[in-house]
Amino acid sequence: MPIPSREEMYSALEERHGTELQKKLDSASVAVCGLGGLGSNIAIALARAGVGYLHIIDFDRVDISNLNRQQYFPEQLGEPKSEAMKDTLERIAPYCHIKADNIKLSEDNIPALLSDADIIVEAFDKADQKAMLVNCVLENMPDKYLVSGSGMAGIAPSNIITTKRITKRFYLCGDGVSDVEDGMGLVSSRVLICAGHQAHAVIRIIAGEFDI
Amino acid sequence: MVKINGELLEKDGKTVTEMLADMEISGQRVAVEINEEIVPKAKYDETILKDGDRVEVVRFVGGG
Repeated sequence: MPIPSREEMYSALEERHGTELQKKLDSASVAVCGLGGLGSNIAIALARAGVGYLHIIDFDRVDISNLNRQQYFPEQLGEPKSEAMKDTLERIAPYCHIKADNIKLSEDNIPALLSDADIIVEAFDKADQKAMLVNCVLENMPDKYLVSGSGMAGIAPSNIITTKRITKRFYLCGDGVSDVEDGMGLVSSRVLICAGHQAHAVIRIIAGEFDI
Repeated sequence: MVKINGELLEKDGKTVTEMLADMEISGQRVAVEINEEIVPKAKYDETILKDGDRVEVVRFVGGG
């Protein structure tokens, strides 16, 4: 079946989200940094909601160990995650403007690379890299909104995962303590809950609803 | 008194580096805000906590 036109897809979104919110989503720009369990799910949620511009970034390739929670397919093993995710997002939301970068983010390239997005999502897996990105954005890019995730390993209850507003433009999702280094694995459902918190924080920011 | 993550503690006069050492937290895995402003990592040694400061220490854990 041929895919629907841009207008058909837009009006279907408008019907569900309302004209005003859909306009805001359509003109929003979001960078998703890291396309693992958090980032792949966040990017898909935002593309489905009709976010107009997504900048997706990862330096890694799809590995068999990712398939328990990350939104990739077995036939994509070995592909750069940024490319594999772009292919999936283009199937879900063919009119979303997607920029995919297969690159490792560092303090040197973050300010230039992420300047195209109003909202930056931290979705890395390593704690020191999370801290690096958060500090770099908060120190150098004070106009950006930042949504980070920390603490979603294991099978502890869903309800201890929360969204906190640390400062005016910095939101933190997760339980804050469940560390993958403590030997707990990452389980799809719990990673999805944290990813859902992050994606929803982004959508609320886009809507102009800043409370948590 | 300084409010750190919502808890009043006697950390007045200490630097951010000293506060993190007291909390046994590695400076590589945190973000520190004082009164809603980020403290640049390069200034942890010279930033001194003052009476009435509201400090948020965000400690990151792995997984994603």
